[in-house]
Amino acid sequence: MRHDHLITSKQLSRADIETVLDRAAEIADDPAAVADRHANAVLGLLFFEPSTRTKMSFETAMKRLGGSVVDMGSVESSSVKKGETLADTVRVIEGYADALVLRHPKQGAAAMASEFVDVPLLNAGDGAGHHPTQTMLDLYTIRENAGLDDLTIGIMGDLKYGRTVHSLAYALTNFDTHQHFISPESLQLPREVVYDLHQQDDTQIREHEALESVLSSLDVLYVTRIQRERFPDENEYQKVAGEYQIDLETLEEASDDLTIMHPLPRVDEIAPEIDETEHAAYFEQAHNGVPVRMALLDLLLAGGESDE
Amino acid sequence: MSDDHDHHDGNADHELRVSKIQDGTVIDHVRGGQALNVLAILGIDGGEGEEVSVGMNVPSDRLARKDIVKVEGRELSQDEVDVLSLIAPDASINIVRDYDVVEKHRVERPAVVEGVLSCPNADCITTDGEPVTSRFEVLQDGVRCSYCGTIVREGIAELIDTN
Repeated sequence: MRHDHLITSKQLSRADIETVLDRAAEIADDPAAVADRHANAVLGLLFFEPSTRTKMSFETAMKRLGGSVVDMGSVESSSVKKGETLADTVRVIEGYADALVLRHPKQGAAAMASEFVDVPLLNAGDGAGHHPTQTMLDLYTIRENAGLDDLTIGIMGDLKYGRTVHSLAYALTNFDTHQHFISPESLQLPREVVYDLHQQDDTQIREHEALESVLSSLDVLYVTRIQRERFPDENEYQKVAGEYQIDLETLEEASDDLTIMHPLPRVDEIAPEIDETEHAAYFEQAHNGVPVRMALLDLLLAGGESDE
Repeated sequence: MSDDHDHHDGNADHELRVSKIQDGTVIDHVRGGQALNVLAILGIDGGEGEEVSVGMNVPSDRLARKDIVKVEGRELSQDEVDVLSLIAPDASINIVRDYDVVEKHRVERPAVVEGVLSCPNADCITTDGEPVTSRFEVLQDGVRCSYCGTIVREGIAELIDTN
């Protein structure tokens, strides 16, 4: 990897992705080997939006590399409340830390912030934009369960607002995949995303409104929550909620080897009865966030020295 | 080629609506109706006392109807010409000195335009009071914000940042 920052999965080549996943696998195999690797390093956490998992996962990753974290805290208690620009905030915190993790409600926030700092900056979500570290742990989980080539994947739910979906779809274009997008018409992929996916020669994408039409062909079904907070009103939310939930009955048509993933938290998209089946990979997926973020931090803090 | 410059037009006596200029720039073959946007991009509103002539929706061989803009005493820079290409892709730029056309350019689409357009996405970081210059990649049929990824294909002239 020869990047200073991780802003979007679009910037990553197949080789980049494989470098990260290979490193994550090494770390997962032998975490003790890296326990002191970044003993003096400090990671700055800037979360302008509430987040529990992503933040805890980064914090755990940094501590397991021997480093420590400094946390800006909530927006309410920081200088941002006083009207400070993001550009100023990151330039200040850069002086305290060896790398920064940024989550921000505005699209393009990480791209802009990275232009103001010299330390590596990792995008942990920019509004409806990108969430590349989630993508890397998704790819890791797919590789472990189904492999990344000759893959048929269905991505279902909120495809319009779901940033994890956009990042994942871009990244998968590096591999030999068939991507099926299953959603209500009102939550289809944004045209910008479709435009980019169509720019990739070898990528085959199709859009569907019903899961039944493709379920039996899938190796992986990636389910996302239809997010209540993205809807302008309750009526519109209610109209589509419930149409994209799966349970054991739904899965009768599925392959025995189907892997089911979900970025979590789920509400009722996946019935709890599925948790105990071989299909369920979503908790494993969440746990994979730690070795994958360790790998990313390791590679970025090493400044590209770990190039393949 | 008959309408490259209006004094070549066959019916020049009848068609000529704007007079020749002595020194400056003639922007010809602007898509009909875009002349005022051309002026907006160039930041010309007449307030500086510039001598400006505008012809709108005049008959043209190459375009069914074209606009034409003549600015006395002003030679366009390459940057200005690049940006013009976004709303007037067919335009030709004639630099005039002492009543003669001394240079003639067709506009070329640049790869990127900076600081000219403002992003229409209210959730884009560039519209949030940050000290950042807008940047758009130029696509075959539109522009795309380098920060939030929003693609604009129509109404680009409405995004011209007049501040």
